[in-house]
Amino acid sequence: MDRPRKDERPDYKTWKDIPLTPVCNFTTIKGNPTGGWRTFRPIVDMDKCIKCGICWQDCPDAAIVWEEDHPVWLYSHCKGCGICARECPSDAIEMELEVKI
Amino acid sequence: MAGKKLPLPEEELMDPGHVGCLGCGGCHAMRYTLKATGPRTIISIPACCWAVMPGVYPNTCFNIPHINTAFEVTAASISGIRAALDARGIEDITVLGWAGDGGTADIGIQALSGMVERGTKAMYIMYDNEAYMNTGIQRSSSTPIGAWTTTTQVGKVRDYKRAPKKNMVEIMVAHGIPYTATANIAWPKDLIAKVKKAMAVDGPSFIHIFAPCPTGWRYPPDRTLEIARMATHAKIFPLYEVENGVYTVKKFKKEASISEYMMMQGRFRHLTQEEIGSISESVVRWYDKLLKFELMTQEE
Ligand SMILES: Cc1ncc(C[n+]2csc(CCOP(=O)(O)OP(=O)(O)O)c2C)c(N)n1
Ligand code: SF4
Ligand code: SF4
Ligand code: SF4
Ligand SMILES: [Mg+2]
Repeated sequence: MDRPRKDERPDYKTWKDIPLTPVCNFTTIKGNPTGGWRTFRPIVDMDKCIKCGICWQDCPDAAIVWEEDHPVWLYSHCKGCGICARECPSDAIEMELEVKI
Repeated sequence: MAGKKLPLPEEELMDPGHVGCLGCGGCHAMRYTLKATGPRTIISIPACCWAVMPGVYPNTCFNIPHINTAFEVTAASISGIRAALDARGIEDITVLGWAGDGGTADIGIQALSGMVERGTKAMYIMYDNEAYMNTGIQRSSSTPIGAWTTTTQVGKVRDYKRAPKKNMVEIMVAHGIPYTATANIAWPKDLIAKVKKAMAVDGPSFIHIFAPCPTGWRYPPDRTLEIARMATHAKIFPLYEVENGVYTVKKFKKEASISEYMMMQGRFRHLTQEEIGSISESVVRWYDKLLKFELMTQEE
């Protein structure tokens, strides 16, 4: 689009004359599957899990959701940083190398 | 819904899919902060990693309105947002400025100083990854003494950062700000409590959040919270708040070694034990001074 010439530009006197502008339109970035970045996959051993919620709390990607009373990993978005595995108090999570099947 | 009680509020205002690096401490800082503020919040972010992380327009990882602003004007922009809300008679919105250490301690400091001096009701958060990370790990005035960055390259002449870290909380105290605090992503409940306190202040508030950066600090991404915890246990990053001039320092029984903290990160690995020794002395000196400030101001 060409930039309007000076005499064509709107003549705003006060802020009230400025048209409403969207600040952001809430299209979520959830559609961006950052799981593709992952080299190591966190795998939980539910027998060891004490359902404390630490992994859910500590994930920088909000890639663990809490269902009923236990954590569920969103592998579509988990980047494999390994924080959940390191912080889990009962050592229930292993990081396993991703393999293409 | 949680069958068992989760450790933090459940609502997520930061969606997955953002493009922060693996294990980015800045993401913990944001996620916890928004859990505290809730959805009635407008956030303004200047150039920094967090300007990029939400995603490419029209996508965003935020479920709150977000304004991208120029590097130096975070505090001016939130002053304007507050003025606009006031003009429209809207009172129940938290106005949040969110900038990096470069955007706060360096280029944004005059706008911040002006906002605090005017007494604008807004919350300003500096998430501190101790360098200009978004542009490739250049030194900032918040980079700690001893650190390697791409502009303090060490090498044969040992040109690591020589100047000490600028203390933003003390600069805020000097302004007579009603509420300022440090927070650390390794203590999310404490962080959330501090953000809630800042929201309740009828005036400006400033929170300095310690947010380790695996990419720039040169450590494996799974260690982010471990390193964050060590920084506070080693007293390198003390947790304290200053409410109307009165200091409260959080005390910990647990201690960590400064040398161990430093040796876990590539950015400090060139330092000799003597150099670490003199850094440790300055850490202890500052912590002791803080305790004296606490004693002095609590007595008044
Ligand atoms: C006026 C201006 N100068 C320089 C830049 C380039 N720039 C963009 S982000 C950035 C670094 C930001 O560092 P910091 O505030 O610490 O945030 P971080 O990226 O570390 O999260 C720089 C220098 C800019 N956008 N605007
Ligand atoms: S941190 Fe470990 S024990 Fe706690 S909920 Fe997660 S997997 Fe289970
Ligand atoms: S590996 Fe990292 S990104 Fe993946 S679920 Fe665990 S903490 Fe989240
Ligand atoms: S460079 Fe550091 S602060 Fe920036 S997104 Fe990556 S980990 Fe986070
Ligand atoms: Mg920075």
